[in-house]
Amino acid sequence: MENNEKSGKLLEVKDLHVSFFTPAGEVKAVGGISYDLNYGEVMGIVGESGSGKSVEAYSIIGLLQSPGKVVGGSITLEGEDVLSKNKQEMVALRGSKVAMIFQNPMTCLNPVYTIGNQLMEALKAHDKNVSKEDAAKRAMEMLELVGINNVEKRMKQYPHELSGGMRQRVMIAMGLICHPQLLIADEPTTALDVTIQAQILELMKDLQKKTHMGIIFITHNLGVVAEICDKVSVMYAGKMVEQGPVDDIFYKPGHPYTIGLLRSMPRVDAESYERLIPIEGTPVDMLNPPDGCPFAPRCEHAMKICLQKMPPYVELGDNHRSACWLRVQEQVAAGKTGPAAAENKEAGDHE
Amino acid sequence: MAKYILKRVLMAVVTLFIVICLTFFLMNAIPGNPWLSEKTPSEATIAALNEKYGLDKPVTVQLGLYLKDIAHGNFRNSIKMQKDRPVLDIITSMFPISAKIGMIAIAWAILIGVPLGCLAAFKRGTWVDSLLRVVCTIGISMPGFVVATILLFLLTGGIEGLKLFPTAFDASTWKSYVLPCAALGFYPMCYLSRQTRTAMLDSLGQEYIKTARAKGLKNKKIIFKHALRNALIPVITYLGPQVAFTLCGGFVVEKVFSIPGLGRYFVMSIQSRDYPVIMGTTIFLAAFVILMNLLVDLLYKLVDPRINLSKGGN
Repeated sequence: MENNEKSGKLLEVKDLHVSFFTPAGEVKAVGGISYDLNYGEVMGIVGESGSGKSVEAYSIIGLLQSPGKVVGGSITLEGEDVLSKNKQEMVALRGSKVAMIFQNPMTCLNPVYTIGNQLMEALKAHDKNVSKEDAAKRAMEMLELVGINNVEKRMKQYPHELSGGMRQRVMIAMGLICHPQLLIADEPTTALDVTIQAQILELMKDLQKKTHMGIIFITHNLGVVAEICDKVSVMYAGKMVEQGPVDDIFYKPGHPYTIGLLRSMPRVDAESYERLIPIEGTPVDMLNPPDGCPFAPRCEHAMKICLQKMPPYVELGDNHRSACWLRVQEQVAAGKTGPAAAENKEAGDHE
Repeated sequence: MAKYILKRVLMAVVTLFIVICLTFFLMNAIPGNPWLSEKTPSEATIAALNEKYGLDKPVTVQLGLYLKDIAHGNFRNSIKMQKDRPVLDIITSMFPISAKIGMIAIAWAILIGVPLGCLAAFKRGTWVDSLLRVVCTIGISMPGFVVATILLFLLTGGIEGLKLFPTAFDASTWKSYVLPCAALGFYPMCYLSRQTRTAMLDSLGQEYIKTARAKGLKNKKIIFKHALRNALIPVITYLGPQVAFTLCGGFVVEKVFSIPGLGRYFVMSIQSRDYPVIMGTTIFLAAFVILMNLLVDLLYKLVDPRINLSKGGN
């Protein structure tokens, strides 16, 4: 593929707040998260169900469902402010600059149209002048690129005639047909069985190298993160509790929630007597989030201050930061000047 | 495919046979006879007439004879309303009038009802949706004769200076068709619109709509290409038999606008116990409904490629 080796910042999300205005009250699904993504970088967003990881991604592409609203912060994509775009500009943005693939390939393709029709439509939506022959050619190229054989036949087939893995490949082909700079993958391997998962991940890694696009990879599977991501953001109850390069997250986790996630994951090198350690307790009630750190009620190290005040981010290494009072305490004990620099960057500003 | 259609045709013959038997017995179970009018004829006259038209035999024998006749394509003659005119001839002369009005009525019901349903689904929860809900609920719950009478009253001179359409039906002018078609199509339009709305809400909530949005498609394309086609199955299911019923004439509307159509004639034939006409029109309507249902099943396949007709169909 012809490529534009762009480098530098692709996406910048700053202090993003997203709320859902439900009849029962405001749910702060995303409470002030910030991160950067460079061209050619893969960032994993990890968190349990309801942690706001999908909501955060949907706001980038402007697909928040109706009671949901971005209430604060900014999203900058290639230097353009995404949140100030009007509806038409968002339609033009979707699929061309930012593409998204979803969790369940079984239901994400329209059952009544052929694969070819749906692929070509994605291209035509952004290039009005493309001829039918050219569109078909491009669609077939894309199908070949994602490792589908017999493309001419596939173009005429309907989604129900393909397997799950094949459909996810079609979804990826459809996402990439307009050469997006950013691909948001919302749990793209969760609905697939393990061998197919590995194939799809391999494919995405491969395509990412070829196209040099940035990928946001939403998942709750840390194995997948280790496989594909350069850096990781760990989300809990709408807050980003830890963020850092993938190796740091796995080998030097700084937040008790990250540690808990890692402990609850099966390991190949585990001894037979070792048991997985679950994170006790239940997720936060997002309608009435606790003051202070949202994880504190479930945290075995919780201190008094944890229940009162959201901790600031503490730099733990290169680009590795975490919001936990334990780390603050350590830094103070280590005789540093305290978290003064980080203090202004509070992870979640309540009220 | 050929095998499937053959199977359906055989099933249709069986269905028709059952319809004929049921109608024949029910028809004979109604008290009274064709010969009653203002002046009751004498016992002897009735006996003679019964004998002439074979009505003196036991019902089962009559049915057997009738079946034998229609097997030879003979639908007998009218015995009362248009004495001795062949039933087939009556149907072929009256059906076109009803069918013309019915077709226009169904056409506008589809052309307006389906897009309105889409609109209501897309604008769910807004005032547009509420307004359409009110209109459609009125349309569904108001009896046809009320709609017809209101239209007739308002637009044919009931209001001073507002005589837009003629009162008496005259097949030669288009103006005569406007009100009957409006009255006849109103109910199916409202029903279709509600049905479309429900089906559209279902399909708009599907994941492939999210995909379509993520692709950067425009709303128009998302609604009319991606959502509507998936919402069509319940809509055409309703439309099949409805087309047959509407084309065979709305009795009430034909009566109110005094249109010489099949629907009005069908009901009149029951009132006057014109047995061969009752049987003929019933068979005609039943065959039409069966045909439309077959057509609907074939359409399913066209709308949704996942449907496999040869595996028992739907």
